[in-house]
Amino acid sequence: MTHLSDDELVLMFYREGDGLQEAEAHTESCASCRERLEQLTSALREVDSAPIPDRGESYGSEVWARLQPRLEAERQPPGWWPAIAAAMTWPRLAMGGAVAVLLVAAFIAGRTSVAPPPQAASPRAEAAADASRERVLLAAVGSHLDRSRVMLTEIAHRNGGGVADVSIEQATASDLVADNRLYRQAAVRNGDAAVAEVLEDLERLLVEIASSPSQASHDDLARWRDQIQTSGLLFKVTVMGSRVRERQQDAASRAATKAST
Amino acid sequence: MEASDLAVVALVKAGDHDAFRHLVERHSRSVFRLAYRLTGHEQDAEDVVQETFLRAFREIRRFEARSSFATWLYRIAVNCSHDLLRQRPRAGSRPSLDDPDLRVAAELADLSATADPLRGLASRRIDERVRTAMRGLSDQERSAFVMRHFEGLSIEEIGRVLDLKTSAAKHSVFRAVHKLRQALEPVAELSR
Repeated sequence: MTHLSDDELVLMFYREGDGLQEAEAHTESCASCRERLEQLTSALREVDSAPIPDRGESYGSEVWARLQPRLEAERQPPGWWPAIAAAMTWPRLAMGGAVAVLLVAAFIAGRTSVAPPPQAASPRAEAAADASRERVLLAAVGSHLDRSRVMLTEIAHRNGGGVADVSIEQATASDLVADNRLYRQAAVRNGDAAVAEVLEDLERLLVEIASSPSQASHDDLARWRDQIQTSGLLFKVTVMGSRVRERQQDAASRAATKAST
Repeated sequence: MEASDLAVVALVKAGDHDAFRHLVERHSRSVFRLAYRLTGHEQDAEDVVQETFLRAFREIRRFEARSSFATWLYRIAVNCSHDLLRQRPRAGSRPSLDDPDLRVAAELADLSATADPLRGLASRRIDERVRTAMRGLSDQERSAFVMRHFEGLSIEEIGRVLDLKTSAAKHSVFRAVHKLRQALEPVAELSR
């Protein structure tokens, strides 16, 4: 009779391995292997007796409470200012990328400042940095909405029975699509359905115009006009742009007041 | 009904960072247990829990669902524990029950509160023996053993966590059990 090896006994203890049934059958009939299995079980039972500090049901929430501030710091884009500064000379994607991340707090969520950078700084320096970032963001978003409004207005006022050259509007629309997508995604992430909906409608039209032939047909123009005016897209974009401009002026006034005191 | 780990991970990857909270709340206790078994220190285990979730948050885009999220998280926790254990001697000794003075003080405190002091002393000696035996394992053996014995992972899963072939993971468990038996069988004999 071949007895079970120590390793086979370990596999049997943990109920693993291909030969589990055979090993169990052997142990049933072999007193020696049964004794060895009992010794193994006793030794490993001692390991189980070692106490472990209790962590209650609320432990996960406690871990989250400690972790959240560190994750907030992780979310800050590293070196955000160089990214925005670079965006000034490379307007479309870089600007959109940096702005979309920070948009969360400053524009779409409707707050007046963004979260502080992870580095320790004095409250006054942090406030100044927040205000500066807010002004950059508002300027970028305001500019995006202004350009969108102008382009929509031009399309809405195109008349004529035949084809129309929309190559200028087409180039503008192409330029606006990527930024608009980033702003919309930020709105979705932050649960701002109303803003996301307006930006989605705007994006749909921008994509359609950008991908259309430069000579738009009468039907195309009529359909775009319908979307812009009848569905109120131009109105919504105008209102949103006005709100951003107002907040931009508020931010500038606050900065001027602080500078004079 | 709770969303699956994979659904929550998809949300986090899509930018909904607050969804990460669900993963933290769901897995913190098991990560703590694992970390405590591996480090043997309560505060070290807490540090490992924090570091594990921080690393998981940073790396979540790399998670590809080839294994379960829990297995992936265990892998991070094991690495964090090993990193911490490697740093500990250089970082200076942390007050713990490894300190003889603290150990005696703890024993006296426990015994004074125990109805049967002799039984309490025996129990404490067994705990100490288990701790010593666990410390005698290599990091890999201890990790493999803890995941098999306490967390119920299969040997195949342990291989994935430790980045080992299944046969190597199996032998890590075998070696760990062999060493623990040698250390603990005399105690077990007395208990029987």
